[in-house]
Amino acid sequence: MSDSPAVINGAAAAEHHEHPPYQRHHFETVEQQADTTNFAMWIFLLTEIMFFGGLFTAYLIFRNWYYPAFVAGSHQLSMLWGTLNTTVLIVSSFTMAMGVWCAETRRKNGLVWCLVLTLILGIGFLGIKSIEYTEKIVKHHVPGFHYSVQSFTNPVSDPEVYKEYHDNPLAPDMAVHTELYFSLYFLMTGMHALHMIIGVSILAGMIFKARAGAYTTGHVTFVENFGLYWHFVDIIWIFLYPLLYLISRHT
Amino acid sequence: MTEVKPHSHEEHEHQVVSPKVYLAIVATLLVATGLTAGVSYIDLGVFNAVVALAIAVTKATLVILFFMHVKYSTRLTKLVVGSGIFLFLVLISMTLSDYFTRAWGRW
Repeated sequence: MSDSPAVINGAAAAEHHEHPPYQRHHFETVEQQADTTNFAMWIFLLTEIMFFGGLFTAYLIFRNWYYPAFVAGSHQLSMLWGTLNTTVLIVSSFTMAMGVWCAETRRKNGLVWCLVLTLILGIGFLGIKSIEYTEKIVKHHVPGFHYSVQSFTNPVSDPEVYKEYHDNPLAPDMAVHTELYFSLYFLMTGMHALHMIIGVSILAGMIFKARAGAYTTGHVTFVENFGLYWHFVDIIWIFLYPLLYLISRHT
Repeated sequence: MTEVKPHSHEEHEHQVVSPKVYLAIVATLLVATGLTAGVSYIDLGVFNAVVALAIAVTKATLVILFFMHVKYSTRLTKLVVGSGIFLFLVLISMTLSDYFTRAWGRW
């Protein structure tokens, strides 16, 4: 590295302007570095949007084909847990946004508190999700060898759901497609939950670094870009919630 | 080699968004969540899906503009986000309009 002519050349060395330690050499200014990182993060998030978009598209196509099965499958989801989880995630997005603000205004304690709250809400979301998953396991609604169509060929056998929706029994050849509904349900909410788990893990590490004062010295890029990731995960849920829980409640 | 003028390109001042804005946004998002949950109890036929998705799009737009700071970002970021979402909509609408207008694959 040091044998490059540019470094030996004194004039070139003099061009080396003063900059904070967190600014990389190949950027003119800290602002340019921040804009570039922000741009890169958005490119990553757009690939994620395309990925989840594929799942959403598959869901909409199969819902269109096997409409009665998808409606009956949707009726197995709990409005209470779904709405509560939406609220939890929106509030966690708010605490994360406040965390970014604390980092920008160099409030170390505020940042730590915001990150801790975001972490708790993130874990709370996953806890509620696991309650929902447990219900599906108990009812044999997890696709695979133990899958059961009983709730759909004989809805009266599932009194809790029946008293709310009064679904008519599905013909056996339509009822088998509820397994496809639950495959997509687990794929979409599972991929979303995986993103949450990754987010929660990164958050846990960030709390330690924030306590050491890593993000409150003017270099907020990491907190800011993590915030973008967290809000993106929130947006995915904002669409999963109506598609899975809300739009099939009637008929 | 021509001399590159430092700081010649469009400089972008980092803008700190006030907590008041975040509070207003989170309040709106929570109200919208309550609204979309409430509307799902009323039978509107095909409009249940339309209303639910319209509210979801509104919520997502608020998150992108304010929580994700796109409103306060560089023109480059705005262009990237806008064109990315546009491309996404083209892909999804072309695929869905093909599948929804044919009977193939059913059964």
